[in-house]
Amino acid sequence: MGSMWSPLEWVQRYRELSEMGILGMNRRNHGYISRYNDRSLYPLVDNKLLTKELALEFKLSTPELIGVIDNQHDVRGFDRMVAGHKGFCIKPAKGSGGKGILVILEVDGNRYRRSNGEWLTSSDLQRHISNILAGLFSLGGAMDAAMIEALLNPSSSLTDYSFQGVPDIRVIVFRGIPVMAMVRLACASSGGKANLHQGAIGVGVDIKTGKAINAVQREKRITQHPDTGAALADLVIPQWETLLRLACACHEISGLGYLGVDLVIDEIAGPTLLELNARPGLSIQIANDAGLLPRLRRVEKIKRPELMSVEEKLAFAATHFARPSLIESPPTESV
Amino acid sequence: MKESRAPFYILVLILLCVGIGLTWYRHVTWQIPWLPGEKQEVWSVEARVEFTGTGQPVMASLAIPESQSGFEKLNEFTASPGYGLAYQTKNGVRRAEWSVRSAQGNQVLYYRAEFVVNDNLVVPQAPPPISGSRLLMGDGPQITVARSMLERARQRSADVFTLTRELIREFNSEDEAVALLQQYGEREEWLVALLQEAGIRAREVAVLELEDGRRRSQLSDYLQIFSGERYMLIDPQTSTEEDSLDLLMWEYRSQPVLDIVGGVNSRLSFSVIEQERPVSDIVQQRSEAFSKVMDFSIHLLPLSEQTLFKGILLIPIGVLVVCLLRILIGIKTAGTFMPVLIAIAFIQTTLITGLVGFVLIVGVGLLIRGYLSQLNLLLVARISTVIITVIMLISMLAVLSYQLGLSEGLKISFFPMIILSWTIERMSILWEEEGGKEVFMQVGGSLLTAVITYALMMNEYIQHLTFNFLGLQLVIMAFVLLLGTYTGYRVLELHRFYALVKRK
Repeated sequence: MGSMWSPLEWVQRYRELSEMGILGMNRRNHGYISRYNDRSLYPLVDNKLLTKELALEFKLSTPELIGVIDNQHDVRGFDRMVAGHKGFCIKPAKGSGGKGILVILEVDGNRYRRSNGEWLTSSDLQRHISNILAGLFSLGGAMDAAMIEALLNPSSSLTDYSFQGVPDIRVIVFRGIPVMAMVRLACASSGGKANLHQGAIGVGVDIKTGKAINAVQREKRITQHPDTGAALADLVIPQWETLLRLACACHEISGLGYLGVDLVIDEIAGPTLLELNARPGLSIQIANDAGLLPRLRRVEKIKRPELMSVEEKLAFAATHFARPSLIESPPTESV
Repeated sequence: MKESRAPFYILVLILLCVGIGLTWYRHVTWQIPWLPGEKQEVWSVEARVEFTGTGQPVMASLAIPESQSGFEKLNEFTASPGYGLAYQTKNGVRRAEWSVRSAQGNQVLYYRAEFVVNDNLVVPQAPPPISGSRLLMGDGPQITVARSMLERARQRSADVFTLTRELIREFNSEDEAVALLQQYGEREEWLVALLQEAGIRAREVAVLELEDGRRRSQLSDYLQIFSGERYMLIDPQTSTEEDSLDLLMWEYRSQPVLDIVGGVNSRLSFSVIEQERPVSDIVQQRSEAFSKVMDFSIHLLPLSEQTLFKGILLIPIGVLVVCLLRILIGIKTAGTFMPVLIAIAFIQTTLITGLVGFVLIVGVGLLIRGYLSQLNLLLVARISTVIITVIMLISMLAVLSYQLGLSEGLKISFFPMIILSWTIERMSILWEEEGGKEVFMQVGGSLLTAVITYALMMNEYIQHLTFNFLGLQLVIMAFVLLLGTYTGYRVLELHRFYALVKRK
């Protein structure tokens, strides 16, 4: 404990993080986001409706859009809009960081079962939509629209790894080249949420093979899913190459140099684009047990990455960023 | 990449240089000390003119002292009931002139001026022209005697000062010769005439000796001897060069000290008081008296606006703290600059009242917001309700605490209510979305930032510096710009990512 308060300890920590090439918030904002992401392109990713339009134009797979509510008057028509759907998802078009997303897994008359098991009434949902319209979840409180999307069909190969909902795959694409990836698995202790700081499991994924290389929950390494008991070492993302191609395509359509792509694997449609993020978070480094900086610097050495074909980009990523798995096989339970 | 940073660093450098330069300029030219609470010596000198009126119109003209080397004139006052007063400037010399249609009996006029001791102040004075004196016109035994005294003094002297000293010594030793000379003129007049003859620019000046508590004192005659740019004051009796720090030259333009038309029995006396005055008062008076457009200073504003600016000029300190805590430490706050507003409210409420009030308002506000969320209201209406609730809450707390005899509670009304209502709304959503822990983190971070900001803003030294040195704003700006390029880790990131290193 005593050492924690010594300045030398902090200098030492600073140096160690530096050596590992951990990307910090300041450097991310200053050296990557503001340098590689043109502000004029932000609306495309900050507004999920625009992203979806763009994705449809370029024939990228996205969840089916049930409807959009963009004024208070239409909120009453919500029940009619979702009639006939078994489950759906309400999202603020300009939301950030997963705020305001409500997943309804089951509809029973006018009762709706939320992903965390809670039953909501129609008026609960209408209030949620009103909040979305008033801009409660949007950046800067701007007026917003609510999107209602159909639920995806979780890929059968990943169902063992998810307590609720669909595992969410995040790929960091830098100048068109995928540099790091992870899967976020919701679990009981995270309350069905997929955010790492809320206790979700972060699994680093090898960029070459789509195999899990490291898994953490609340900064501790784990080997099994705490709810399902599935061995995380065996986790492999299906259709990995297709998924990476989709991620690369997202760079092309958005024009953002430093991009976080959120995807899911749909049983029928395959890799599907959920949303794009112009300010992707840093916890992917914890999930991968690796720093982003060496990889970003490697890509920065390429003079004209836009001239590379997708195959070349994927080959580049596979050569330079592939990593062996660090996960010990279960039943070595103790950590 | 590297080249494009150059203009930025040049900008920062310019800001730093200009900021520090302005600050230094103000320190030097306005005599503003770096530390608050410093005091300066102020001499308050008063001339009392007494005369007897004869029923005729009266015109009294008094020589008045101006700023001179070592003494800076702060202000002047006159007291002269029934008299018209004008400061007349003739040939570049300013005099106080009182006038009245008719005066009968004993009349008293006062003139008072305050001088700050300022060792750095140098006011160059034009030396008097060399001109032949009436004393040395024509011929006679007294002129021969005087010239021979000058000759003897010249032989024993090396420079202006020694010549003067030796000449005075001649006057002191040759009693018979002096007796002869005094039939034609005063000693000082002879001395000036002879020195002028020797090519030395000299004149008689009337000097007030500064000694605290002196009353009814008189002006003394001194010789002012110019040597190039400098001058010195020499006592014509003892030939010593006087330390000009306790001598204030009252009249030094070869004019009469007092000139009264229409009055008789005029007397002039002086009193002197020394005071220690806070520098801030002096700066205030100085700027009122001698404001120039170029001397950009808050002191030129009316007093009530000055107090306002005293607060406004502290905001950049708060902004700097927020930058430091967010960029270097990584503390999360609810709303970027909300802590600065809270800190400003704390200044009005005092810290403990402010903290208690903040926690009470936000706490109760969250409870009420929890109930409102069940009413299914539109966002704007809901926040408006929270605002009204917060206002009612504040009023109730104020009344309640006043009834309980705690006048402190009244100050709670200084909180920025709209900001607080938004904070309550966002914290409430945050609670639903991320849980109570995140709410405590953000509210705690905001309060911590606010308390640090408050402590700095309440600091006497910081208040003194930001209020008196506008240039420091540019320095703060330069620091904020530099912080904007910091790409290293935040302290909290060292903790957050440390798990990675530890596992190795």
